[in-house]
Amino acid sequence: MAGSPTALIRKTKAKLGGGPPRYSAAGLVRRGLSGDPWPRVWRDVDLKSSYDVVIIGGGVHGLATAYYLATNHGITNVAVLDKAYLGSGGSGRNTAIVRSNYLTPEGVAFYDRSLSLYNTMSTDLNLNVMFSERGHMTLAHTDGALRTMNWRAEVNKLQGINSSVITPAEVKKLAPSLDVGTDSRYPILGALYHPPGGTIRHDAVVWGYARGADHRGVEMHQKTEVLDILCEGGEGPDGKGAGGRVTGVRTSRGDISAPIVVNCTAGWASLISDMAGVKLPIHTRPLQAAVTEPVKVFLPTVVVSGSLHVYVSQTDRGELVFGASVDPFNNYNVGGSLEFTEELAGHVLELMPGISKMRLLRQWAGLCDMTPDYSPVMGTTPVDGFYVDVGWGTYGFKAGPVSGEAMAEAIATRQTPKIIAPFGLSRFASGALVGEKGAAAVGH
Amino acid sequence: MLLVPTPFGPRNASDLRYVGEATSRPDPDTATPEAWRDYLYLEHNPAGWMRETWYDRINRVYFQVERNTATNEFRNPTMPVTKHGKQA
Repeated sequence: MAGSPTALIRKTKAKLGGGPPRYSAAGLVRRGLSGDPWPRVWRDVDLKSSYDVVIIGGGVHGLATAYYLATNHGITNVAVLDKAYLGSGGSGRNTAIVRSNYLTPEGVAFYDRSLSLYNTMSTDLNLNVMFSERGHMTLAHTDGALRTMNWRAEVNKLQGINSSVITPAEVKKLAPSLDVGTDSRYPILGALYHPPGGTIRHDAVVWGYARGADHRGVEMHQKTEVLDILCEGGEGPDGKGAGGRVTGVRTSRGDISAPIVVNCTAGWASLISDMAGVKLPIHTRPLQAAVTEPVKVFLPTVVVSGSLHVYVSQTDRGELVFGASVDPFNNYNVGGSLEFTEELAGHVLELMPGISKMRLLRQWAGLCDMTPDYSPVMGTTPVDGFYVDVGWGTYGFKAGPVSGEAMAEAIATRQTPKIIAPFGLSRFASGALVGEKGAAAVGH
Repeated sequence: MLLVPTPFGPRNASDLRYVGEATSRPDPDTATPEAWRDYLYLEHNPAGWMRETWYDRINRVYFQVERNTATNEFRNPTMPVTKHGKQA
């Protein structure tokens, strides 16, 4: 992929001065020896009173949208607002796993484009995002799960994705620490193996997009909370709601006028959309995760178990990262509990009995904006100029690049790109849902 | 552990099943497709107090309770209501 014409053009553009000052090995050595401080990666500028586009949410999705608006469409009078700091939400809390072995043809095409953007990202952004293409394995513990794995493998193969169902013996060969015996409560019957899947340093993706967008003129405003969205002409109070149009946003640092406002706020998506009078098919639930102390590398692939509600990968530092399924009730509270940790540990030990002496280092949670069909909600809304890129549930990080690229195209051309056409808000009225529960959810 | 004050006394959330935001079903004979879609899919999803429906697996009844989704405080659990609007 790195040698594709578009990547080459981008590389050449960057060399000609289209990108930010380049990082290099020589520069690293020079600064290491001289002790000179590194320059700030993005500027801290005053908030202006008007922008062409205001993006709410400074995570991977918001920053990628801003980056592609500037690079692919030349729209640079853009502000990205975040109530906390860049990457403080789901972008810094996910388990950094990427893959494209989804269930529906629409989903597979979409996530595969994202994976190919991740593949060339370190070159495109001139920042090492530490993409580790280590393979992704989804275990099947029941006949029903094995059937879904076969279904997914066939859909994937038809679209040219490297994905196949493997036997317990092959699972053992790939990850010797897994217990593939038949006397466990949930014996491993097989797995869906997806070699192009892997992990990425999620903070680096945030910083890379922020740096690239900043250099092209996009402004990032942290600690800037959106309090209201200003509308006119709508059927609801204050001109909000269907039939109206966006005129700007009211923030904790003053009003901004903007003809286009984009909601990229994941777990808080309903609260922001509510400010424009748009109701969404979304409920917010936390997903709990935990990490162990570091040990020597022994787990070469990402391992997911739907039946046991857990997924595991080992970081480059040697820590095991565990993700669980989303909590079973709506919640904006990201506090953990001993009950959760105990259940998670039990499930992990069922898969890998050998790690019973390892200690957990810390635990955290992030908010997931779940939709009824486990697919996102992207594109226009009944309020003109108000765009949404929400409903990212537990799969937002892996979709970041393609979402940014497609949302930027939707905003710049005022046409919905084909790749996100199936994910419009109107599908809930027409009934054309894109059911991804079998491939997106951990606990089902 | 989440301790839920049900009309039958406090219960661990694992004894219960979460149903979701308390809504009222529109009349299927007269509802417009939009009203039906709203009922099926759209949610308020507030960060604060919300009236919600839970199912008690032990007593096998549905009941409602108010919960603050930002702090997990509960209040006002109510007895299930029958089809004819009477308390069961």
